[in-house]
Amino acid sequence: MEDTININVELQDGSRVTLEAPTDMGLSVMEVMKANELNVPAICGGMAICATCHVEVLQSGELPEPSDDEAYMLETLPHATATSRLSCQLKVKPELDGLVVRLMPEA
Amino acid sequence: MITTDICIVGAGPVGLFAVFEAGLLKMRCHVVDALPVVGGQLAEIYPKKPIYDIPGFPSIVAGELVDNLMKQIEPFHPTFTLGERVETLDKQEDGSFVVKTSEGTEISCKVVAIAGGLGSFEPRKPAIESLESFEGKGVSYMVRDPEVFRSKRIVVAGGGDSALDWTIYLAGLAEELTLVHRGSTFRGAPESAEKVLSMAEEGHIKLLLKSNVTDVHGNGKLDAVTVLIDNETEHKIEVDYFIPLFGLVPKLGPLENWGLELEKGAIVVNTLDYSTNIEGVFAIGDINTYPGKLKLILCGFHESALMAQSAYNIIYPDKKYVLKYTTVNGIQELT
Repeated sequence: MEDTININVELQDGSRVTLEAPTDMGLSVMEVMKANELNVPAICGGMAICATCHVEVLQSGELPEPSDDEAYMLETLPHATATSRLSCQLKVKPELDGLVVRLMPEA
Repeated sequence: MITTDICIVGAGPVGLFAVFEAGLLKMRCHVVDALPVVGGQLAEIYPKKPIYDIPGFPSIVAGELVDNLMKQIEPFHPTFTLGERVETLDKQEDGSFVVKTSEGTEISCKVVAIAGGLGSFEPRKPAIESLESFEGKGVSYMVRDPEVFRSKRIVVAGGGDSALDWTIYLAGLAEELTLVHRGSTFRGAPESAEKVLSMAEEGHIKLLLKSNVTDVHGNGKLDAVTVLIDNETEHKIEVDYFIPLFGLVPKLGPLENWGLELEKGAIVVNTLDYSTNIEGVFAIGDINTYPGKLKLILCGFHESALMAQSAYNIIYPDKKYVLKYTTVNGIQELT
């Protein structure tokens, strides 16, 4: 489908799944993972305050910079890496097609 | 000992509205919250954000919704214990409960309604093997009494405001303080960051950037930590205390030990009345789960009303529940 992209997620056990995500519904990557019943607590629901949707981006095109709130939260996380993101803050857009992320320990 | 009909755990919007629904049925409520203010997430996390899905309000700022709810429940004179976290639940022989808080406050009640939202905010722990076995034996996730650290060797880990602030404060007390930060810069308050950097330059503290604490050592009591610098060099530091400060994460906390049926960190309820597996204990709002659950304030309001109906049957077993419309009866103040 034209308005659908693929997002690849490496799970806690190392296996990978490919999720189809619609680009026209204003969803975040976190919401797509939850809708596919992946084990992502995302307790706060997408406000960038709990980091229980923390992912490491393994492969992507250019991503928008983290907002101050997201950057600050990432800074406080013990396991964050240089490409860590909060998946609730990544909006599903055509540019994200082929994105590969790994679920992190906080998630 | 505080005595009430319903002890409501959580002073967020759903907990507050439960006071209203209970009040209509002449049930008294005592509300406990770990935060020092009422409003839960609405007060603590997004007080200035507009909410658009409260029926009848095209838009209402979160803080204002809390103010309105407080006004709405005023006639029912609820009482509050704020800034204390509920710890234990004890069922009494007569079927009533005693709820005890972190500060030792005891609440005797016939019904408990858990409206705990996300849970309470607890320190986020780094994944270091055997870290937990040193808790209270050299590892601590917060600073309660700074004097404990006087003339001690301390490693602080983290890069947020609390890591910076405590580093500055404890540096004046400690014999030796090392701050370990994963990043190469600090995003926290610029004044604190500058102060920490200059303290490191002047040799008051040791600052290890692009570093992580990866291991803790000791025989019954912490005596050293391993720091991985730049992902390549391992460095062992002898310490008395290790203080990881990585912010807070919402957790169910002590509620986990109440014997409630849980699923993915939420309390399983029967949608008939949002009762839990413990008779007399209900869970409403974001903290519960059931097939089709939506974490919305408006769903929590609905759940409060149904919970109150069942609570009434427990508290007044000899009286018949009758639905009363406020348009017909108005609001009768509880005296």
